[in-house]
Amino acid sequence: MAPLLSVQGLTVELVTGERTFEAVSDLTFDVSRNEVLALVGESGSGKSMTALAIMRLLPEPVAEIIGGRILFGDVDLASASEARLMEIRGDRIGLIFQEPMTSLNPSIRVGPQVAEVLRLHKGLSVATARQRVEELFELVRIPDPKRRYDDYPHQMSGGMRQRVVIALALACDPDLLIADEPTTALDVTTQAQILETFRDLQASVGAATILITHDLAVVAETADRVAVMYAGRIVEEATTRQLFDSPRHPYTNGLLGSIPQIEDALDTATRQPLPEIPGMVPALWALPTGCAFAPRCPLARERCTRERPPLAGMEPGHRAACWYPVEVAR
Amino acid sequence: MSTLLDVSNISKRFTVPRGMSGRPSTVHAVDDVSFSIAPGETLGLVGESGCGKSTVGKMIVRLLEPDEGQIRLDGEDITHASHRAMRPLRRKMQMIFQDPNGSLDPRQRSGDIVEEPLIVHGLGGSAERKAKVADLFARVGLRPDQMTNVPSKFSGGQRQRLAIARALALNPSLIVADEPVSALDVSIQAQVVNLMSDIQKEYGLAYLFIAHDLGIVQHISDRVAVMYLGRIVEIGDTAAVYRRPSHPYTRTLMEAVPRPDPARRHGRIKVPRGEVPSPLDPPPGCTFHPRCPIATDICRAERPALRRVASGAEAACHHAE
Ligand SMILES: Nc1ncnc2c1ncn2[C@@H]1O[C@H](COP(=O)(O)OP(=O)(O)O)[C@@H](O)[C@H]1O
Ligand SMILES: Nc1ncnc2c1ncn2[C@@H]1O[C@H](COP(=O)(O)OP(=O)(O)O)[C@@H](O)[C@H]1O
Ligand code: SF4
Ligand SMILES: [Mg+2]
Ligand SMILES: [Mg+2]
Repeated sequence: MAPLLSVQGLTVELVTGERTFEAVSDLTFDVSRNEVLALVGESGSGKSMTALAIMRLLPEPVAEIIGGRILFGDVDLASASEARLMEIRGDRIGLIFQEPMTSLNPSIRVGPQVAEVLRLHKGLSVATARQRVEELFELVRIPDPKRRYDDYPHQMSGGMRQRVVIALALACDPDLLIADEPTTALDVTTQAQILETFRDLQASVGAATILITHDLAVVAETADRVAVMYAGRIVEEATTRQLFDSPRHPYTNGLLGSIPQIEDALDTATRQPLPEIPGMVPALWALPTGCAFAPRCPLARERCTRERPPLAGMEPGHRAACWYPVEVAR
Repeated sequence: MSTLLDVSNISKRFTVPRGMSGRPSTVHAVDDVSFSIAPGETLGLVGESGCGKSTVGKMIVRLLEPDEGQIRLDGEDITHASHRAMRPLRRKMQMIFQDPNGSLDPRQRSGDIVEEPLIVHGLGGSAERKAKVADLFARVGLRPDQMTNVPSKFSGGQRQRLAIARALALNPSLIVADEPVSALDVSIQAQVVNLMSDIQKEYGLAYLFIAHDLGIVQHISDRVAVMYLGRIVEIGDTAAVYRRPSHPYTRTLMEAVPRPDPARRHGRIKVPRGEVPSPLDPPPGCTFHPRCPIATDICRAERPALRRVASGAEAACHHAE
């Protein structure tokens, strides 16, 4: 079956005051129905630009798609007309951002805000829309939905506001959800609640999801497949199990090693320093030739500084862009 | 064991306008908090946002004055020390913030930023100070040529290194670090945490390490205090608290943390109930009781005090064992 979304060679160029550079380079990935694909990477790796490009919400003229296709059904979003995009956004594709107030109007009560979308896209009557919104609030576990319907966003906690945004994104029963750091601004207990809601929704609603996060632990808890980004490119892509069990790219391997995870048997007297990845992410306008990770890579050899490694198949479902992939299982 | 910092029963209230009516009302940001830190020791202070961690840190470095309680540094009562009296004490105690931008002057060259405390405290001649600044730059892993840069030229990790260099300039015995790595990417977090551990050993520093990330706190702390709604609900040796969390809130927190282990995904996370209540209107008795899986009548009526539990830690729970 054809994938729901197929991104092929997507390249986004940024033009800021003095510089022109690619924030996203030659990105290729698919998302299937019912699947959660995580895009993971450190800040500045191009995750949000990718999401905005798919939605064609890039901050133009600063950022522009200069190459590639974004096939969504039979539409190429990269070249679709604004009218076509308007039909698709918020209807076929739902969006969730880190900061709920990006999506909510502070001066309108939350229920009517969601109802408005239903009236607009689905032509529902006032009464039917209200009923549907209450169902949606129930679905995303907003307690006491009838009463919360009339709350203003500021009367809700951060977690509840994010639930309203999820309801908003789900309102039109979209085929694809794009969630950009949906739990990053939340406390860990609230994050656990929202992630659980996501999992339940995944089972009941069945929309495909692109989950963008910098947090590999969140990936481990939610995603079916993962694409790791570094300096605007995908450096590794695999099923979640493959990626965590046997990462092939040294960057992924380093990232997994440096997570300060809770260890049940950590002894304060004998604990070791956290494994580090030396150095820092290069500026996108001053990328080294060859592999962008080479200056920080423990496995780098001469070839790495000369030629850029292609994203190549390692085993079925597993690709990595590395000349000398990590061999041993972690 | 000797005590460097001794905090006893400190409280801080803020008056805030409430809701539409604008009637003032009181937030008990910190409520009857006590702990001590030995020389060279790290106490981790964890809890979710709004539980009072920063307010505790600010009271210790005297950016805020406690409404009640007492703070002693090296035996000296500094609770109400005047600005003038604080001057020599500032040498012993420094603070690092999550966002160094707020504390680093954006127009100042970074070398001058590190030198400034030496000038303010009249330490050393010009050449001596320059040499010390160069040492500090090297020690925190900044290049000498970066001394002429303004902080905005630095990455987040480098800015935090700069803040550490400045804090070290006066050879303090205590650094209060308020979420020093929370804004950094994980590969950079590890670098900064390791740097903080290394200089701790070298300088015999004590830390109050404030964070919401339980993993990081486990990696740096000797002891840990867990806060909820302005109070410490559990405090003890890191190993005791992590291996055998005694307060239901500590357990809730630990269980909520996502783990980078997809093989154990299903059913591992126990999703917490409810939300943190408003600090304007905390529940009676144990403030955790509305969310607590084992609460009984006594929890709704009586506030539990911290007491020693089986793990060796102290927990404020009627039912902790
Ligand atoms: N509005 C903007 N103007 C200029 N540069 C931007 C803008 N937004 C993002 N960038 C740059 O684009 C790159 C990719 O950013 P982004 O996609 O936001 O990364 P991520 O979401 O992975 O943190 C970064 O170098 C960032 O600084
Ligand atoms: N200056 C202030 N005025 C009013 N309320 C404050 C002020 N500073 C903190 N608070 C409140 O005190 C509580 C504790 O805040 P804080 O110490 O910043 O928590 P944390 O650092 O754990 O996130 C919160 O409810 C916060 O809103
Ligand atoms: S005192 Fe009661 S309500 Fe509070 S944590 Fe313990 S068991 Fe739960
Ligand atoms: Mg982003
Ligand atoms: Mg704080």
